[in-house]
Amino acid sequence: MNYKELNLIGSSSPHIRTKDGAGHIMGEVLLAMLPALLFSIYNFGPRALGTTAVSVAGCCAFEWLYRAALKKDNTLGDLSAAVTGVLIAFVCPVTVPYWILLIGDFFAIVVVKQLFGGIGKNFLNPALAARAFMLSWAGEMTTWVGPHSSVPIAGAFDAATYPTPMALLHANDLAGLKQMYDLPEMLVGLIGGSLGEVSALLLLLGGLFMIFRKVITWYIPVSYIGTVAALTFLFPRGNDPLEWMLYNVLGGGLMLGAFFMATDYVTSPVSHKGQALFGIGCGLITVFIRYFGAYNEGVCYAILVMNLTVWIIDKNIRPARFGEIKPAKSKEKEAKGK
Amino acid sequence: MNFGKQLKEGLLTQNPVLVQLLGMCSTLAITTTVANGIGMGLSVTIILTLSNIFISLLRRIIPEQVRIAAYIVVIAGFVTMVDLLLQAFFPDIAESLGVFIPLIVVNCIILARAESFASKNKPLAAAWDGICQGLGYTVILLVMSAIRELLGSGTLNGVEIFPADYAAQMLALPVGGFLTLGVLIALMQWAQSKSGKGGK
Repeated sequence: MNYKELNLIGSSSPHIRTKDGAGHIMGEVLLAMLPALLFSIYNFGPRALGTTAVSVAGCCAFEWLYRAALKKDNTLGDLSAAVTGVLIAFVCPVTVPYWILLIGDFFAIVVVKQLFGGIGKNFLNPALAARAFMLSWAGEMTTWVGPHSSVPIAGAFDAATYPTPMALLHANDLAGLKQMYDLPEMLVGLIGGSLGEVSALLLLLGGLFMIFRKVITWYIPVSYIGTVAALTFLFPRGNDPLEWMLYNVLGGGLMLGAFFMATDYVTSPVSHKGQALFGIGCGLITVFIRYFGAYNEGVCYAILVMNLTVWIIDKNIRPARFGEIKPAKSKEKEAKGK
Repeated sequence: MNFGKQLKEGLLTQNPVLVQLLGMCSTLAITTTVANGIGMGLSVTIILTLSNIFISLLRRIIPEQVRIAAYIVVIAGFVTMVDLLLQAFFPDIAESLGVFIPLIVVNCIILARAESFASKNKPLAAAWDGICQGLGYTVILLVMSAIRELLGSGTLNGVEIFPADYAAQMLALPVGGFLTLGVLIALMQWAQSKSGKGGK
């Protein structure tokens, strides 16, 4: 048969392209975070909306200003700055002063993201790096309000420091924690904590939505949460391993981190095996910090540390090319024969 | 000998900190206050200049095989002198710089200039090289410590500019040293690539 008669177009792959750009995917991520945000507004009051709005506006403004100042193309359309803005608000206490929030936005967008080349080039998760930097103002960043509070958008609020579940877990006070919040409250999120981390249930729903829509794969969240669950179940502090595990999994930023931060495309491995390894590493470090560290919560630093190992993971775990047969065994035989 | 070229190299195109990436340890550690930065920078400049002159004078006498050890002995002599002088006349600075003054003995800038310049050039050129490279180091320390002190504790050379509550403590911590240095190196690379001369 003559090849030319078939009327084929000869070009190298890929042959089928999706119309979805980064903006489409980031839009779905924003949609997945919406339930948790609405719940936080209910749980903490209108300030939750104010904090998120200021953070998103700040991130978009810094992104636009930087790109405009260096005469580069405008990248606001890919919505990645908006996602970073929401995530920064989500990892802060609802009472965080707006000026600290804006410094965090600047750090995330300009220092962590744009200085390294913009979207796709950052080696750390911008929102978590910003949170680590914002801990400069440790007092403001660790002032927690309780559930059912209504913090006004501006002006005075009752700034009484309120113990979060993580503080009680860190003090090994499971009995005290159970008295304060029962498990359904932990699941739904009627607890104190960072703005967007409280509702494990709605974050889980958002995460499942993203997996269903193929925005993320299940490897990182499952291996991350699974590692934390297994470790806390096997090495409980107290007499009830199951309850200890559930409080550890539902409390703190684990759900938020596992579904929305560790899965960031740029700062997580490419291969599925690598993603599983990345998740396990995040889980190990999270539990180590919670058990042996000075901080109550380890999700932020666990993900940041694992971000730094992504290049090693990607270098050593490569997906097999289509049709590739691993030559390892035949080489061994050759070596023995010689 | 080219005075202008050496000065430009020391301050910009071959800046010991931002381009040669030498002397990182002291740069990161002591740049928390402006006073520290100036004290350290001037100490290194004096030691660098004097040891450059001596190593240049001794360049035909020092045997090739033991040259590093010989350089260290010369440098250590001047470091001891500067250390004792600082303790006698500027006890405050000597105390806040602490172990980093004795550690100048193994500062890479001084050893690198001895090896790559002083041992191959005449005393006058070596002295000028020491002054230029020392100035390059001092200027960067000054800039870094000013940034870190101002943003990290809200003061400049001990004078309050804005309340410490608003300062980013992180910049006064070791993390801040790495961050500030990284940003300055990036700026230097950017400037060099813009001017189209240095860089690759």
